[in-house]
Amino acid sequence: MTMLIANALAAGAAEAAEAAPKMDPLHHFQVIKVIPISLFGIDVSISNSVIWIWIALGIALGLLRYGLRAPQLVPGRMQSMAEASLLFVRGIINDTIGKEGQKFFPLIFSLFLFVLFCNVTGLIPGSFTPTSQLVVTGTFAVGVFIFSTGLGFYKHGTHYFKFFVPGGLPVLLLPLMVPIEIISYLARPVSLSVRLFANMTAGHTVLGVLFFFTATLPWFGAWLPFGFSVVFTAVEGFIGFIQAYIFTILTCVYINDALHMH
Amino acid sequence: MEHLAASFIGMGLAAAGLAGSGIGLGFMFGKTIEAFARQPGAESQLSKYVWIGAAFVEAIALYGLVIAFIIMGKG
Repeated sequence: MTMLIANALAAGAAEAAEAAPKMDPLHHFQVIKVIPISLFGIDVSISNSVIWIWIALGIALGLLRYGLRAPQLVPGRMQSMAEASLLFVRGIINDTIGKEGQKFFPLIFSLFLFVLFCNVTGLIPGSFTPTSQLVVTGTFAVGVFIFSTGLGFYKHGTHYFKFFVPGGLPVLLLPLMVPIEIISYLARPVSLSVRLFANMTAGHTVLGVLFFFTATLPWFGAWLPFGFSVVFTAVEGFIGFIQAYIFTILTCVYINDALHMH
Repeated sequence: MEHLAASFIGMGLAAAGLAGSGIGLGFMFGKTIEAFARQPGAESQLSKYVWIGAAFVEAIALYGLVIAFIIMGKG
């Protein structure tokens, strides 16, 4: 197993070395099958994307477990970080949903940690960003969409259809407004997934172009893209955090809509 | 050959949508600095919404970039 992964990584590195002289900033978004598995005709292969999702989740889980292994009244450094992340997400839920949103805390906190660590581990050179695949972000966005819609129907029954009828409008405008509301409701998973996917893809493409120029330009020209790549790596880390924050906040807003109907 | 050229032109046109995002970002940060100058005490409360808004405005520009990538895949 580890041999297979090591072989695949080495093959990927050799491929990258061969491809070095020609610019191909989208090369590191390629999904490579490490262990091909096929179940009943469905492709469930272990790809590099899956491996990096495991690594990201392992880091997240490990940091939390390590920080909270022996909780002290006066927290140490790791425990402060773990508690800060918990309090941060609790603050988001309190601001957007209110007290009754606390029962969704495990869902929202795991979504936040997943997106955050997938974004940030993608900055390690030679790694793969799972959130730069529309499949990954789309699965999460559709999951959030189905969950919030189901919650709305569970909470309000058929009254939830009133969500599509804006109040305080003349009846003549309703045939125009109701389709617009329905379309904007159905566009939620699309915008949620494409926002995260596009941010990650675009940021890493820019980094790829800058790294390419740094590696290939002569020394008197390379310092400029080198400096920019340093700055952009920091910016990418910040964007990874902001996007995880936005994903969490929008999930909270959708759950709030389902609970309170505006 | 012509359709290749057309796909390049289309990719450029899709990327031109970044202009709108640039205008939006400039407008937003300008207004933010104005607000901070008028009310320096509100800076810590407002800066949170600024970054959220910045991420939203940036995402609009990146939709154009996604369309450019789609054209690149087809062309």
